[in-house]
This record gives sequence, C-alpha cells and structure tokens, in this order.
Amino acid sequence: MAGYFEPVASAGDGRGGAAIALDEVEISILRSLATQLLELIGPDRAPGGGAAGNGDGGGEEDPLKALDAMFTDGPSEPPRDPALARLFPDAYGEPGREQDEETRRLAAEFRRFTETDLRTRKREGLLAVVRGLDAAASGTDSSGTPGAGAVLTLGPDESRQWLGALNDLRLAIASRLGVTDDDSTDSLFALPDSDPDKPMVMAYFWLGGLQESLVETLMP
Amino acid sequence: MEIERTESASKPAEEPVPDVPWVTIVHNDPVNLMSYVTYVFQTYFGYSKDKAKKLMLDVHHKGRATVSQGSREAMERDVQAMHGYGLWATLQQDR
Repeated sequence: MAGYFEPVASAGDGRGGAAIALDEVEISILRSLATQLLELIGPDRAPGGGAAGNGDGGGEEDPLKALDAMFTDGPSEPPRDPALARLFPDAYGEPGREQDEETRRLAAEFRRFTETDLRTRKREGLLAVVRGLDAAASGTDSSGTPGAGAVLTLGPDESRQWLGALNDLRLAIASRLGVTDDDSTDSLFALPDSDPDKPMVMAYFWLGGLQESLVETLMP
Repeated sequence: MEIERTESASKPAEEPVPDVPWVTIVHNDPVNLMSYVTYVFQTYFGYSKDKAKKLMLDVHHKGRATVSQGSREAMERDVQAMHGYGLWATLQQDR
C-alpha cells in the first residue's frame, strides 16, 4: 500500500488537483468502506431528495419513507450509533458532560435545523469517492490490464470532497475501534496480527496516510 | 450634537442589552490530523498559516481552542461548518 496522493496541475486553473495510483484491492477496500458509511448515514430525506419520491410512480415507494419526507425538520436527538453521534455532534454543551435542560433544548433545536443538510453533505462526499473509484476502475478495464490497478485523478473540488470523506471514514472507524484519546491510538499500534480488529486498524492507518498526503496537495 | 445625544440616550430603553459575544470552540479528538485541522482553519476562516497552526496546537495541547467569535447566528454557522469538516465544535456565550 505504497500509493499516496501527489499534487497534479488540474485542467482548470492548474491548481489543487491530486492523483494517486491504487491497486484493485485498495479500490475495493475504499469502495466498501465508503458504501458502508453511506448506508449508516442513510438515505436522503431532505425535501426534494432521492427518497422523497414525489408523485408519479409513487406506488412503489416505501410509504414510510414518503412520510418521513413530509417532515422537513431534522431529528432533535443525537444519533444512537456512536459513529454517527461523532459525525453529528451536539452544537451546545461540553463534550462528555451532562447537559442541563436549556443546553439540551438549544442542541436539539440546532440539530433539527442542521443535521439533514449535514447528512446530505457527508453523503455527497462519500458518493464522490465511490464515483471516482468506479471511474478509475472502469478506465483500467478499457485499457485491458486487469489487476494492475488504476490512477485516480481528482480535480480541486473532488479533492476537497475526498478529503472530507476520508476524514468522515476515519472518524467512523475510530469510533468502532474505540479510539477515544491519544493513548488508545497508541495501543492500536501494539495490536497483535491475530486480533480480529487488525484489518480495520490497518485500514484506519492507511486512510490516515491517504488523507495526510491529500491535505498536503491542498494546503493554501 | 445635543439633539443626537438626546436621541441616543433614549435609545437603550427600546433596545435589548447589547449582545454578549458568542464563541466557537473546537475540541480535541485523537482522530483529526494536525495538518487537516490547520487546513480547515486556514481555508474556512481564512486565517494565516501561523494563526491556524497556533489554534490547532491549542486544540491539541489544551484540549480546546476558541476559533471565532461574533453573533450567535454567525457562531452557529461556524459550528455547522466545523461539523461539516468533521471537527468537534460547540458554541457558547463568552463569559
């Protein structure tokens, strides 16, 4: 897994593009992680979003989803899933401390008006990752060198979307691995190869390297 | 001058107490890369590399840093943006 992002001149203004060579395994790992987080975040329920299914042919839509879409307000409670709770934290109150009633009310109100947009944005970032990987992989197929991997090239906007998505993936994986402080990060290094978490830990560190190299190409 | 003063003197009675400024606080977490946090502070707030780096180090070493201040509405925008980047941010009144 030696591939890291390198800066390339983008077609537009020649700034902020990035490229990376990925092999087939790396592509499939990245795609799988992005898809899993997409599923965790859930379908688009924003007004006009994909799951709204307004009007014709609505008979095939899940009626419950159609009902959800009628409520334009987002949720007022933090997500129960710890990974989602980290991706969509409370805007009021001290992290990890009990909230008083007023703080809870403010956090709930903020969440109602922002979480749907935030979910949409994170979903779009992850979809950009999946699209980019698919485009790179299909490019390989047409060149007729199966298994050789692909070079993924990102424009400035895609780079920014990838950067956010890689960060979201790392946040979600870290939550699953129980990374809560710098000490627990250190303990990941000491994990024996036989540990069932080992593949996820390796993916976590690999994503960190990818993100680090991508942010380098974007530094103003 | 005197007329103006009379007017402004009568004004406070109609206006609420001037807003105590609000602040956006970014909290430390072990996942976000130092380079990424610096990048976010530079690109979103338009801070210089030095200022962005200093704030990032404050977050890292002190566990939190005040990254912006202003009206509550502005701070809610900033917090929402920070959450968009995956940073753990909250807003509060600057007491």
